Amino acid sequence: MVLATQETLDMMRLRYGDNFAGRTQAIRYGETLRLNEVGIGFHPAGHVLGSAQIAMTCNGLRIVASGDYKDVPDPTCEPFEVVPCDVFITEATFGLPVFRHPDAMREVRKLLDSVRLFPERAHLVGAYSLGKAQRVIALLRATGFDSPIYLHGAMESITRYYESRGTALGDLRLVKDTKKADLAGAITLAPPSATSDLWIRRFPDPLTAFASGWMRIRARARQRGVELPLVISDHADWDGLTATIKATGASEIWVTHGEEDALVHWCKTQGLAARPLALVGYGEEDESATTDGEDAA
Amino acid sequence: MNRFAELLDRLSYEPGRNNKLRLITQHFREVPDPDRGYALAALTGALSFKHAKPGLIRELIAARVDPELFALSYDYVGDLSETVALMWPKTPHAQPAPSPARGGGEEVATALPAPLPMHLRRGGLGGGEPLPDARQGHNNPPPPSLTEVVTTLATLGKAELPAQLVHWLDELDETGRWTLLKLVTGAMRIGISARLAKTAAAALGDKDPHDVELIWPGLSPPYLDLFAWLEGRADKPANRDAAPFRPVMLAHAIETDDFAALDARDFIAEWKWDGIRVQAVSGRDDDGNIVARLYSRTGEDISKSFPDLLPSLHLPGAIDGELLVLRQGRVQSFNVLQQRLNRKSVTPKLTKEFPIHLRAYDLLADDEADLRLLPFIERRARLEAFVATLDDPRIDLSPVVPFNDWTTITAARADPAAFGAGDDAEAVEGVMLKRHDAPYLPGRPKGQWWKWKRDPHIIDAVLMYAQRGHGKRSSYYSDYTFGVWTRGDDGDQLVPVGKAYFGFTDEELLQIDRFVRRNTTEKFGPVRHVVHEPDQGLVLEVAFEGLQRSTRHKSGVAMRFPRISRLRWDKPPREADRLETLERMLKADMEASPH
Repeated sequence: MVLATQETLDMMRLRYGDNFAGRTQAIRYGETLRLNEVGIGFHPAGHVLGSAQIAMTCNGLRIVASGDYKDVPDPTCEPFEVVPCDVFITEATFGLPVFRHPDAMREVRKLLDSVRLFPERAHLVGAYSLGKAQRVIALLRATGFDSPIYLHGAMESITRYYESRGTALGDLRLVKDTKKADLAGAITLAPPSATSDLWIRRFPDPLTAFASGWMRIRARARQRGVELPLVISDHADWDGLTATIKATGASEIWVTHGEEDALVHWCKTQGLAARPLALVGYGEEDESATTDGEDAA
Repeated sequence: MNRFAELLDRLSYEPGRNNKLRLITQHFREVPDPDRGYALAALTGALSFKHAKPGLIRELIAARVDPELFALSYDYVGDLSETVALMWPKTPHAQPAPSPARGGGEEVATALPAPLPMHLRRGGLGGGEPLPDARQGHNNPPPPSLTEVVTTLATLGKAELPAQLVHWLDELDETGRWTLLKLVTGAMRIGISARLAKTAAAALGDKDPHDVELIWPGLSPPYLDLFAWLEGRADKPANRDAAPFRPVMLAHAIETDDFAALDARDFIAEWKWDGIRVQAVSGRDDDGNIVARLYSRTGEDISKSFPDLLPSLHLPGAIDGELLVLRQGRVQSFNVLQQRLNRKSVTPKLTKEFPIHLRAYDLLADDEADLRLLPFIERRARLEAFVATLDDPRIDLSPVVPFNDWTTITAARADPAAFGAGDDAEAVEGVMLKRHDAPYLPGRPKGQWWKWKRDPHIIDAVLMYAQRGHGKRSSYYSDYTFGVWTRGDDGDQLVPVGKAYFGFTDEELLQIDRFVRRNTTEKFGPVRHVVHEPDQGLVLEVAFEGLQRSTRHKSGVAMRFPRISRLRWDKPPREADRLETLERMLKADMEASPH
């Protein structure tokens, strides 16, 4: 049984096939369900299309599990909503004060500047296929960039789904239908793993960019051989995490999924009870995802 | 400062030389004077001010952030300047007025007391309005220009430095802070040579980089006269330097096939010395005093490293020659010479133990006279007279190797000792062939000078690890670590002896890349462990110029100029060379140049 927003259910079906769950139930943002004594509500997390925080209320106590979230504008999804609560379970992917994401528009302009300076080079942007790719495209369109944008085949179905839900992404084409010469000076999006593999040999003089919050750290960008790091993240940065924690008004904070230590320490300096919450199956995900290719950050 | 910071940021990730050039030229085109001139100075290492110590940077950050958060961050990032640049917090008074929207990315400082209604934070996006152009991490007032930073640092007292740095750190964004800290700590390692920066400047005005090099010693930051000339707004700046560098003439490597088209009678032969190519220039300044300078082949002034040679340059002129260490009249190996390079301070002990010497092979200027357009044979005669007049024990002539036909010079190259090099034969790394009538031309003109190096050392080593390359090679495993056999605790094992990333053809690169992908045993980040067992693996024939003792390598040896010369698909790894072979070579090398 999977309880999720309609968008999440749809995208799970696209990724995992029709039999991804025994039963499914769709829930809208703001809608409340009752499960025995517990009221359950879904609220926008601003992470990707359909992403939700889950609020559980029982006997006047409310616990909110944020899931992955970000508190900055994203033209491809509902904005993050602060849900006042007593216990806030927050993610901490970028839970160190060195992570402060710049304005994503500025990063996208860096990409466009590079295309102008190197018009003969194929600009290949590594971006997570769910959410990041569509956001980067939408940001490019927001600058007025209206040339075709090329996609790796693995991104097609999710991207078309975003379009079907009302995000206009302009002229999108598939790399496999395109001649090598036409990719010079063009922008192509691909899953991060593809940007360092045999696949890129089909591009003329490729310049590899990577859109990820991890690109804030130089050693990370260098290790991957990224020539144009774009600090664009779908997770809250340090300032976003700390501001959100305060805004919820929660007196107890459980920190999970990322750099827990620094955020737990910060909560304590603010007089908040806090502890790391080790979730099974989480923790090292982003590290391993970095080498396997798909990087959710 | 922001424009310069953006340039450095971009350069620090760009592996390609031509792309670096374009980025730098673009900067010079778009950034006005005098900022671009100070950028050129920063890239060529021409700025001088007292550097801040890392300890000061630590003190500054300690005063601003929670020590625990700093420790966790520093541990994660690993670089002090970068950590401080990224986590430097805003001062409360520098904050923009609170706004209901975090919108375009204005930060909410961690110190802000009241949370903002985040459901209103959608900024201007929903209605398709243009995004606010707010710049993240960017405080008021406007950040300092590079000119302001450089000129202030030049005159700032030590006591005023901390407060000034804090002020700037408050005003700059992340990239700006990173650049500032790299600049003030003198740790701006971004892989740009002075030569590259000058070439980029020359490209701004479609000028020959040699022309820039020629006038360079007479120029100083912020190079207003240089840029005026490059943009066609003024005449070429005169080189008023008393001892200017002249662009060097380089030789082509000769191939066996080339000889058929060449007549031995047109050429003069010399030994090719295994030292450092230098240009020793002296001239008279306006007061008639001798100014002497030593330049590297790229025009870098290296006089400070060789103060013991400068007094010998007491006649005005410009000598092209080889820098060597001589002991009891015998030329020492390159390994010995290397002990004198890249030293922070040149002590009397160093100059005594490693006596420096100049072996002259060309004369570009004799007093005021420019000799470069004379044929080589005439310059050689002038050189012989010049060295004789100089009459200095530290400067001698590189002898001519007599020969009548290619057979003789082939034999001389094979056995320099028997053909006049005598005890110095070990320091000969081949022969040079120069046309009698060749003028001294900058760059590498075709057919004038040939170098014919002795055959390199060769060993068979086993491929152990492979790493992806950069830029065009980013999808290829093109950087290889190779090893040789040695006796270990559990019998024979491979020990890495070097790394190489060129020497192979494009076709061979494809073959090795395929082999690496199919024979990976483990992956560590970007590094692949490639199978290397006695009967399984790839043997690489590695060519190299020499060996050195090394404490950094587990094997204890380091190679000079290693490259892949052949793929030995036919050879099982068990038949590759052993470490003892390298140690014997090293010993032979050391005996040739006793210490």
